[in-house]
Amino acid sequence: MKAADYVEIIVFFFLLISLSPLLGNLMAGIFMDGKHFLKPVLGWLERLVYKVAGVDEKREMDWKTYAKSLLALNIAGIIMLMLLQMLQAHLPLNPERLPGVSWHLAFNTAVSFVTNTNWQAYGGENTLSYLVQMLGITVQNFVSAATGISVALAMFRGLTRRQEKTIGNFWADMTRSVVYVLLPLSIIFSIVLVSEGSVQTFSHYARATTLEGHEQVIALGPAASQIAIKQLGTNGGGFFNANSAHPFENPTPFTNFLELLAIVLISSGLVFTYGHFINSRRQAWAIYISMLILLFAGLAISLHSELGPNHALNAMTNMEGKEMRLGPVNSVIWSVMTTATSSGSVNSMHDSLSPLAGLVAMFNMMLGEIIFGGVGSGLYGMIIFVLLTVFIAGLMVGRTPEYLGKKVEAFEVRMAIIAVLAPSIVIKVFSAIACSTAAGLSGLNNAGPHGLSEILYAFSSAAGNNGSAFAGLNANTVFYNLMTGFGMLTGRFGIIVPVLAIAGSMAGKKITPVSPGTFRTDNWIFIALLLGIILIVGGLTFFPPLALGPVVEHYLMNLGVTF
Amino acid sequence: MNKSEKSGSRALLTKGILIQALKDSFIKLAPGVLIRNPVMFIVAIGAFLTTIVVTGDIIRREYSSFNLQIALWLWFTVLFANFAEAVAEGRGKAQADSLRKNRTQTRARRLRGKNEESVWATDLKAGDIVVCEAGDMIPSDGDVIEGIASVDESAVTGESAPVIRESGGDRSAVTGGTRVISDRIVVKVTSDPGNTFLDRMIALVEGAKRQKTPNEIALIVLLSGLTIIFLLVVAAMPAYFGYSLRSSGLPPSDNLSLPVLVSLLVCLIPTTIGGLLSAIGISGMDRLLRKNVIATSGKAIEAAGDTDVLLLDKTGTITLGNRMATGFIPADGIAKEYLADAAQLSSIADETPEGRSIVILAKEQFNLRGREMLDTVFIPFTAQTRMSGIDIKKQGAPVQSIRKGSADAIKGFVQKQNGFMPRKVEEAVAEIARQGATPLVVAENDKVLGIIHLKDVVKGGIRLRFAQLRKMGIRTIMITGDNHLTAAAIAAEAGVDDFLAEAKPEDKLSRIRKEQADGHLVGMIGDGTNDAPALAQADVGLAMNTGTQAAREAGNMVDLDSNPTKLIEVVETGKQLLMTRGALTTFSIANDVAKYFAIIPAIAAPLYVTSAGIAPLGALNIMKLASPQSAILSAVIFNALIIIALIPLAIRGVRYRPLSASRVLALNLVKYGMGGIIVPFIGIKLIDLIITGLGLT
Repeated sequence: MKAADYVEIIVFFFLLISLSPLLGNLMAGIFMDGKHFLKPVLGWLERLVYKVAGVDEKREMDWKTYAKSLLALNIAGIIMLMLLQMLQAHLPLNPERLPGVSWHLAFNTAVSFVTNTNWQAYGGENTLSYLVQMLGITVQNFVSAATGISVALAMFRGLTRRQEKTIGNFWADMTRSVVYVLLPLSIIFSIVLVSEGSVQTFSHYARATTLEGHEQVIALGPAASQIAIKQLGTNGGGFFNANSAHPFENPTPFTNFLELLAIVLISSGLVFTYGHFINSRRQAWAIYISMLILLFAGLAISLHSELGPNHALNAMTNMEGKEMRLGPVNSVIWSVMTTATSSGSVNSMHDSLSPLAGLVAMFNMMLGEIIFGGVGSGLYGMIIFVLLTVFIAGLMVGRTPEYLGKKVEAFEVRMAIIAVLAPSIVIKVFSAIACSTAAGLSGLNNAGPHGLSEILYAFSSAAGNNGSAFAGLNANTVFYNLMTGFGMLTGRFGIIVPVLAIAGSMAGKKITPVSPGTFRTDNWIFIALLLGIILIVGGLTFFPPLALGPVVEHYLMNLGVTF
Repeated sequence: MNKSEKSGSRALLTKGILIQALKDSFIKLAPGVLIRNPVMFIVAIGAFLTTIVVTGDIIRREYSSFNLQIALWLWFTVLFANFAEAVAEGRGKAQADSLRKNRTQTRARRLRGKNEESVWATDLKAGDIVVCEAGDMIPSDGDVIEGIASVDESAVTGESAPVIRESGGDRSAVTGGTRVISDRIVVKVTSDPGNTFLDRMIALVEGAKRQKTPNEIALIVLLSGLTIIFLLVVAAMPAYFGYSLRSSGLPPSDNLSLPVLVSLLVCLIPTTIGGLLSAIGISGMDRLLRKNVIATSGKAIEAAGDTDVLLLDKTGTITLGNRMATGFIPADGIAKEYLADAAQLSSIADETPEGRSIVILAKEQFNLRGREMLDTVFIPFTAQTRMSGIDIKKQGAPVQSIRKGSADAIKGFVQKQNGFMPRKVEEAVAEIARQGATPLVVAENDKVLGIIHLKDVVKGGIRLRFAQLRKMGIRTIMITGDNHLTAAAIAAEAGVDDFLAEAKPEDKLSRIRKEQADGHLVGMIGDGTNDAPALAQADVGLAMNTGTQAAREAGNMVDLDSNPTKLIEVVETGKQLLMTRGALTTFSIANDVAKYFAIIPAIAAPLYVTSAGIAPLGALNIMKLASPQSAILSAVIFNALIIIALIPLAIRGVRYRPLSASRVLALNLVKYGMGGIIVPFIGIKLIDLIITGLGLT
């Protein structure tokens, strides 16, 4: 690593750590009391949405109503997006006359964007029309991100309300997330991207003649606007197949830096918004620091493994699959950030990462996307682990476990276990099916342990709603489209519904005041405990398959064996 | 307290309990019993499947010592867990058996109108009226509605001194199975057959009716969830392994065998806490019982651990139950030393703390000592006379008759002998009473000698105790009928956090409600009928055994010693129970790290072996275990033995320290968290050395 790389990393985290509380404060204003500077500017839009949709934003919902509204909106989104794709040949804004998408790919893609996964079993530029990209994909980029924020808000309220039945209004949370957070940030960010050279056009793909005299088609489109929300909403689905390695998506080192920041900005800001809700900065910092530690650990392992001498390459640095414009360090940081958050956008090919860097990327996803994670979803996923930690270790102080003064009882534990179990089932069971059936194995491009890694990665990505892929796997088959599709649904709603149930149940509880007898959840001991539980309960259960995939691959590589 | 502590440290196991527990370990293998514990049920299924494999091996004459040993150790794992539970239950059963002796069939004398009829005690229903005279066993729980009697309650409380039970007031409750020693009482039965105090006590002690507590249920949910997660890992293993075999160019028939898969599963699922969980719960109940407190449910013990506000009665808890002599005030014309001497004489046989305090005070002030007296008659205190004292005789004729007692009683005593109560003494009596202290008047024959000043004395060490409670986050509130000034003085002296002066029972109730509304969990002690609502409202209501039946029904615990300080011990027992559960859960989960490092390299040994014969995952074998088979076997054996090793901890509970939550957590975390990671590395390595040395693999 050069000095400039260190400077970049330091500047990046300095900016992130200083911007998170600021954005967190702003969002607290937006979601708590509605007093914030954007209200006079955009308040009309919020009111217009309520008026058009006929929503009474003051009507509070219990958790079941909240969950039903959320599921209704998301199911409608899946159906809409499927129809748009399958019928795109008959719809406008399709200058390249792209044909309708197959049913299984349409299902996979619809689920993928609605669940904030943005797994792409297709190449954007040769599969989807501008209309689908804008009306389908981009809209869901906003909706899925706002859904994550809304669920997090419901959880915040559940943990802070005293003996109440309701946890907020879903439609109001959605509207405010989009109007005051996602839209303004996306507009600003897309203008910056355009100014740096991203494309934003409705025109036909450009055709150029190369030096060798061949004709080359250069794909264009309204990309910048979609890339902004793709990064900010931890969506990650590229406009182009190459995602953020593509010069029109990520034209300069500056955009690379900004896109990197955008991946994690809202997720990390929400931690501080949470701090405002529960009226404790310390609690927020404890969670924030836990996330940072996991992030740094992954980053250190990845950088060490990628930049160190590679035995299979005669001790050279591994440059395969990396964009020369951006260099290895930017690629490694991105690979860690995009898997720690549930973004899944890529600026290098993860399939070509060294085994340990690939392991880190996979492990980040297997933990359940809780290292900042998806917007909203990262934090509520983390709170699930906080609850488990409180439950397991809290007993050791001699009281029945409580978090923020609320008792953690059988119902909450059951729901928390379901939330941990849902993605875990997908990863373990689905990948086991894939690596023992012909349909699953036919998609593999690599033999040996790396093939197992590819399968594991695919289902970890689906279950964690990440969406990035080890490119080696040919995923556009009926088998993979359906399996990852169901994986994404389970990984998304298998967590959201229990989280809302916990929010609802917690809202109804009393709050025991803090005393010296209280199990503290805002100090270093707790951070250590939380990390221990995340690694043992969340991570170690994946040790057996990881040992047979990337770990053995790593040792084999060091022994000079490749496949 | 000393008594209960002594019995608490009684040997963990007796031979009888041990033999019974061994038997029960096998009886508990019945599937219907096992299924109550999901974690151990899974282990049992694994053991069963492995046994089938072993049987198949033998039939096919392909006997595998490895498979047989795995099967045996898996069964041991289940048996050890059963044994843990059986030992815990056995300790309770021994207690129940001694209780049951008192419940042998007795006849009861039931009143029908004016007529008496003899019926079986078990036929009595709530509302029946029975008569009990000296020598009779009280047939069922009830309230005394007529008469007064001394009752031997040692069968229930273990306390040999008889207690007074009388109609009306706060000492009217009698317990079935206790014996009337003197006088005659009429009792109204308050319990239906099979539901008496003694019945419930036996049931609770035996654990027959033991219901899982809320926290225990939640923990079982967690453990079951973890078990499912690991079940998925293990179920997916053959697929991953099959893929890896193919990539290594090995035949699919080399896939993981069932015994290996079961071993992996059993090592990963939380068997340690799963096997010890019910033993922890039962022994928590048992530890409380050894402190002579009976909880009506395990839930109450958990609630005790959560309690963060304690309502404590001043008398008996904060101050010495009985007041202490602090001074002698002689009547005019009487030497102080003479008064002290008479007071001491009158108290020599008085075993109450008050009496003893008088003896001690006289000794301290005038170096007077208790002496051997010939030809004396001690007059004990009775509820009717409200006096005690001594008659000293010479040649059979009384010459000296010393009494001490309340001013009214002594006045009557001297007036009967044509004596009188001096005005000055009466004034001093009134003054002492005004200060919130108690005056005891001493008389010799017809002459009033003076007053013993009895004062509330704050218990030694109680201040420290409250400071500890504060450190643990528990607030103490003193309840007293005293006026505000007196209460404030005692509160300050004792170091309680708050007090409620001139408290009426309804004040207690409203205070509890207020604290609960603020999110606190409240514990309190009560005995009187008018305490019943507050006892019922409190999260932990500890009723005194001497109290009324209403109070005993309302609370969720009964203190057989009727010692108000007990509430603090109850809280500590509750906390200890929860800590033990948390510590062993943490330990159990932390154990997995080492087991992964034992088993994964072992099972991956044949995969991707290089041409140089190196197994790449051998690098993970950081314990350097001898062979794949010994590694797996060692992990399984460790997993079984750790249950046995931890039984004493589960039954005694983790060491309890009155410290703040953060300190307690840090200590327990180092011990059980770090220990949980490190111990199995050492244990598995040692077992590996031993079984390799013995040539078992």
